[in-house]
Amino acid sequence: MSKQENSFMGWIDERFPMTATWRAHLSEYYAPKNFNFWYYFGSLAMLVLVNQIITGIFLTMSYKPDASLAFASVEYIMRDVNFGWLIRYMHSTGASMFFVVVYLHMFRGMMYGSYRKPRELLWLIGMAIFFVLMSLAFTGYILPWGQMSYWGAQVIVSMFGAIPYIGETLSNWILGDFMLSDAALNRFFAYHVVTLPLLIIVLVFVHIIALHEVGSNNPDGIEIKANKDPKTGIPVDGIPFHPYYSVKDIVGIVAFLIVFSGIIFFIPEMGGYFLEHNNFIPANTLQTPDHIAPVWYFTPYYSMLRAVTVNFLGVDAKLWGVILMAGSVIIFCFLPWLDRSPVKSIRYKGPIFKFALALFVISFLVLGWLGTKAPTPLYTLLAQIFTVIYFAFFILMPLYSKIDKTKPEPKRVTK
Amino acid sequence: MRLIKFLLFFISLAPTFVFASTDIQLDKAPIDTSDNASLQRGAQSFVNYCLTCHGASYMRYNRHQDIGLNNQEISERLILTGQKVGDIMFTAMKKGEAEEWFGVAPPDLSVIARSRGADWLYTYLRAFYRDESSSSGWNNLIFDRVAMPHVLYQLQGLQTLSIKSQDGSEVKELKLSVPGLLSKEEYDNFVADLVNYMVYLGEPHANYRKKLGVIVLIFLLGMLGLTYLLKREYWRDVH
Repeated sequence: MSKQENSFMGWIDERFPMTATWRAHLSEYYAPKNFNFWYYFGSLAMLVLVNQIITGIFLTMSYKPDASLAFASVEYIMRDVNFGWLIRYMHSTGASMFFVVVYLHMFRGMMYGSYRKPRELLWLIGMAIFFVLMSLAFTGYILPWGQMSYWGAQVIVSMFGAIPYIGETLSNWILGDFMLSDAALNRFFAYHVVTLPLLIIVLVFVHIIALHEVGSNNPDGIEIKANKDPKTGIPVDGIPFHPYYSVKDIVGIVAFLIVFSGIIFFIPEMGGYFLEHNNFIPANTLQTPDHIAPVWYFTPYYSMLRAVTVNFLGVDAKLWGVILMAGSVIIFCFLPWLDRSPVKSIRYKGPIFKFALALFVISFLVLGWLGTKAPTPLYTLLAQIFTVIYFAFFILMPLYSKIDKTKPEPKRVTK
Repeated sequence: MRLIKFLLFFISLAPTFVFASTDIQLDKAPIDTSDNASLQRGAQSFVNYCLTCHGASYMRYNRHQDIGLNNQEISERLILTGQKVGDIMFTAMKKGEAEEWFGVAPPDLSVIARSRGADWLYTYLRAFYRDESSSSGWNNLIFDRVAMPHVLYQLQGLQTLSIKSQDGSEVKELKLSVPGLLSKEEYDNFVADLVNYMVYLGEPHANYRKKLGVIVLIFLLGMLGLTYLLKREYWRDVH
């Protein structure tokens, strides 16, 4: 795309930085050449976002945000709308897969220290996206107005009620009613289809701008900008994003679509984890289900919410649960300042960090599994133990990351 | 108040683990939604026995073309209420009356197989027994004090409950005390067809979905090969 005065692109470029933008973000954005498997999930998250927006638009054409019509309108989409079942399954499976790819994307950052200087702000913007994503998932799950939509939302909204003094007023204000009702369904629909998608699109844009400002990290955790070709000023370990990573990401996208389609076409309910069985029963405000479990991606936090069973320090157990639950997500924001290791990547970090990260992953998975189960004394005890481990990973990090034995970082990226 | 509600919520969870250990094993339902003959028999039983009280109000009659019936056959065999072939499968029973008669309106059955599961339905429809202490005169082994009477008792016959104690624990067993019009095997087959139909009813496009899925996956596997070759070609000069 060379600049030609009389060409069409030349005409555009005099009025809009088309070629300059293309170069800055694609053809002359230099990314490290040693990206591995873990570096697919950023572009996959974008793909899922686009999927959610497009299928979401089609769903709104037939969905009715009305407590007496919502459930039936979803079944109408499933049966009477041409390929409505496909659109709906793409959206419901997309919601779960969004969390799968975002969790893997975040785990990549934790492994390779992608949150470390100079990428602290990039990490924080990412966390903001994660908060919006959680809100989107929550408001979206209410819309089919099934039993789990209703009672799951009831549990979440009752958490606001736990806040001292303003709790009751706050939850009434959020719901627009004294209970979860049509008023709440309407406003959650508005958040789900307008407010939150707008926010997430802006934040994703900002996330990418921030990424391209500081440059991508890589599995070695070293800065490729520190080693530039003296003549061209191009990082010697960098390759242009386009065409190298654009063609590579397409392979990742097709591989992802195989998994995605496998779920959509053969196991769209994912055994009750993506679409819960009880959500095929219309919401009944008078009948609490025996067992309320959130969708799988919220279960680790739900476990921590339930883990506190005693009042202490003059704060009651429920409020502690809410504090822990909120804290368990917010604490990720502090990672850039908690990690005091002289190296970024797990490849050069010592055994203590590797052990701590493994323990953290195990506790996340166990808490997630426990969150799908009805509590028993044993399960509650397990949830308490793993909640402590979960938080210890973060709180003790300044200590163990400092005393951990590290290996020297290489000068150039390795395979 | 909020605290009380929260505590109530946890207390409401308690029964799930108290009774979890005494759960009765569900029988495996022999489901095959590609068996049109079975689905047609099930549809016939469904409109004859279930649709009187339960609706299937997310389902249109003409959708039954899926299971090998044409519009004329649908009108003649399945529509007992004089509705049109494009109409929804409503029940004739009024909600208010149903509540008066049974204490609760019978649930819509369109997606019941997706919430309860085929095995539960298969077991449930074979687990009614005579219980004079209940308001309808019937009870069910896997749904205690269910409001629904045993609609199919003429076919199955009368079952009674016997509780034996074995190794210190109670074992509940149903015995057929008055035989019905069908033998045990015939009745099991009858229920199997009915449940098979309800599984189809829960997601009428499921068979088509799987068929389409195979084509989509074959296409994507081809794409994976092509895109990989493209990537390899471009990456030849990266060392």
